[in-house]
Amino acid sequence: MKVKNLLKAALRSLAKNKMRTFLTMLGIIIGVASVIAMLAIGEGSKQSIQAQISTLGTNVLMIFPQASSTGGVRMEAGSSQKMTLEDVTAIVERCPSVAFITPQVRTSGQLVAGTQNWRTSVYGVYPNYFDIRNLKLVSGTMYTMTDDRSATKVCIVGQTVVTNLFGAGADPIGSYIRINKIPFKIIGITEKKGQNAFGQDQDDMVIAPFSTVQKRMLAVTYIQNMLASAVSEPLIPTASQEITDVLKAKHHLGQSEDADFTIRTQTDIASAATATSGILTILLATIASISLLVGGIGIMNIMLVSVTERTREIGIRMSVGARGRDVLLQFLIEALLISLLGGFIGVTIGVLVSQLIAHILSWPVTITVQSILMSFVFSSAIGIFFGWYPARKAAGLNPIDALRYE
Amino acid sequence: MKETIISVKSLVKIYTMGDVEVHALRGVNVDIRQGDFVAIMGKSGSGKSTFMNILGCLDVPTRGQYMLDGVDVSSLTKDQLANLRNRKIGFVFQSFNLLSRTTAIENVELPLLYNKKISSKEMLERSLNALEAVGLSDRGHHFPNQLSGGEQQRVAIARSLVNDPVVILADEPTGNLDTRTSLEVMAIFQKLNRKGITVVIVTHEPDIAAFTSRNITFRDGRIIRAIDVESPRIASEELLTMPVTVEDEV
Repeated sequence: MKVKNLLKAALRSLAKNKMRTFLTMLGIIIGVASVIAMLAIGEGSKQSIQAQISTLGTNVLMIFPQASSTGGVRMEAGSSQKMTLEDVTAIVERCPSVAFITPQVRTSGQLVAGTQNWRTSVYGVYPNYFDIRNLKLVSGTMYTMTDDRSATKVCIVGQTVVTNLFGAGADPIGSYIRINKIPFKIIGITEKKGQNAFGQDQDDMVIAPFSTVQKRMLAVTYIQNMLASAVSEPLIPTASQEITDVLKAKHHLGQSEDADFTIRTQTDIASAATATSGILTILLATIASISLLVGGIGIMNIMLVSVTERTREIGIRMSVGARGRDVLLQFLIEALLISLLGGFIGVTIGVLVSQLIAHILSWPVTITVQSILMSFVFSSAIGIFFGWYPARKAAGLNPIDALRYE
Repeated sequence: MKETIISVKSLVKIYTMGDVEVHALRGVNVDIRQGDFVAIMGKSGSGKSTFMNILGCLDVPTRGQYMLDGVDVSSLTKDQLANLRNRKIGFVFQSFNLLSRTTAIENVELPLLYNKKISSKEMLERSLNALEAVGLSDRGHHFPNQLSGGEQQRVAIARSLVNDPVVILADEPTGNLDTRTSLEVMAIFQKLNRKGITVVIVTHEPDIAAFTSRNITFRDGRIIRAIDVESPRIASEELLTMPVTVEDEV
C-alpha cells in the first residue's frame, strides 16, 4: 500500500475512536511533557551554576604551593613558601598560552574609617587581576604597576566594604581607611559581583597592590599563590601544562617527580559543581521516562485490543490482497501516529509547563533543542517498539480465521 | 473451446485438529473455463467451503495441483498468494464484509489500494465504473449502514470486480438476502457473466443454482455430480414478473 493511503487509513481508524485515541495519547503526552519539563529544570539549574562559576573569571587557572613539611610534620595545604616572584616572571616569559598572571597574597585586616570598623580579606595582586577575574570599577581608577613597584598605600574596595564603613551608596573615593593601622587611600570601588558558587560574598574584600600587601602588611618574600588566565578556553589544559613544566624546572624537579604545587582550573571547579546537578537531571529524567514507558505500555494495550476488534477488517483486507507486511505497516503507523502526535502535544505542554515554573517559582529553566529532539525520537521509538508486537500479531493472522471471526 | 482458467487435479486437503485428521477434500478434479458460471453445491461439511478457500488462494492444498490462469498455486508463498488474490480473484461473501464507516466507493477501491501500480485517479475511475456496473453510481458516498442488504452486496460485487479478476468467487452471496434481492444479485452476476467474466458461487439453494450454467455437487470431500444446466433461468426476466413491493430490507 502506498504511504499516503496507509496514513489515510491509520488516521481514519484513529478518528473512529477519538476518546480512546486521546486517552492512549495522554500517556505519551504526560510522559513527554514531564521529560521536557524535568530536563528544562535540570538544565536550568546546571546553567545557573555555570553562570555563577564564571564569576570567577575567564579561563582561570589557580596555582597553589603544596603543603610544606618540617622534620616530617606536614603543614596545611598552601603553606609552602617556595613560590616566589621569579616564578611569575618565568611564567610570563615562557608560557605563550597564558594571557595574564598575577601573584597573590592574602591577609585579613581590621578596617577602620571614622567611627566604623569592619574585618575583611585584603588581597595583594597585580592590576591584571582585574582582567583575569573580569572585575570592573564602578568609580575611581585602577592602580598601576608603578604603584606596585613603589608599594603605594592605595586600595580598591568592594561594595560590601563601602556599605559597612561609609553606608550604602556612599562614594568614598579619596577617603582614607586604616587597615591594621596602616592608612590606605581608597582609589576605586568594584562593580557588584554578588555571591560566588560557594556562597561567598565576592564584594567583601579589599584589593591593594601586590608589593604593598606582601611587604608592608605581611612582611614576607614568598607569594601565597598565583592566578592566571589562559588565552582561550580550549587552551586551559595547554596553559596548565606549560606552567607545570616551567615551575618544575624552576624548582629543580624532574619530570617524574611530584610537583610542589597544584594547579586548579576553572573547568575542574565547574565540572565538580555541575556533576551534582547532572545527577539531579538524570534522576528527574529517569522518573519522567518511566511515565513515558507506562504511556508506551498503554499504546501496546490499546493496539492489542484494536487488533482483536478489527480481526474481521484484517481478514477482509487480506482477502482482497493485503500482504502481511501491509497489515503490519498499517497498525505500526497507527501506533506511530499516536506516539508522535502525543509527543508533539507533550513537547508543547512541556514547554508551557517549564515557562510556568520559571514564571511562578522563578526557578532557572532552560529548554534545549536536544531535549525536544530527544523526546520526539524517544516517543516514536516507543510507538514502534510497543506497536510492533500487536502489529506483528495482526499481520500473522490467517485470513480464513480472520474472516470468520465474530 | 474456451481457455481453461482453473484446473484442479486430485486435490486433497487434510486438517489436523490435535490428533485427529479431518479429510476435507479427498481428491477433487475440476476444470473451469473462461466465461463459465458455476454453482458449487453440497451440504455443510461436504468440503465446498474448503474448496472455495483453496480456489480463492486463501488456503493451500495438502496434496494435488491447482493451476489458476497458468500459475501453479500449490507452491506459492503467503505474499505471492496475497498478490494473486489481489490481481486475479474477486471475493463476494455471505455477510458482505464491507468496512464499516467507510464509504461505498472507498470499499470498492480497497483491492486497488494494495496494487502500487495504480494511481489515485485511475483508482477512482475504476471504482466508479465498477459501481456503475452494479447499478449503484448514485450511492458512492453512502456508508454501508445507510445501504440495504441488497445494495451492500452489490457494493461487495463491485469491489470484487474492480481489480478486473479472472474469476469472481462468491460464497453464499444470497444467503443473507430475501428472494427479491437475491434475484437482483443473481441478475447482476448473470449480466457480468454475459460480459465474459467467470463466476463461481457456493450455494445450497437449488433455486439459486438454477441461474448458473454448471452445477457441481460435493459430498464428503468428493464431487458426486457435475452437470451442465441446459437452459438457465434468467434473473432479470423473473424480476419483471415479480410483484413490485417496497424496497426490500434484510
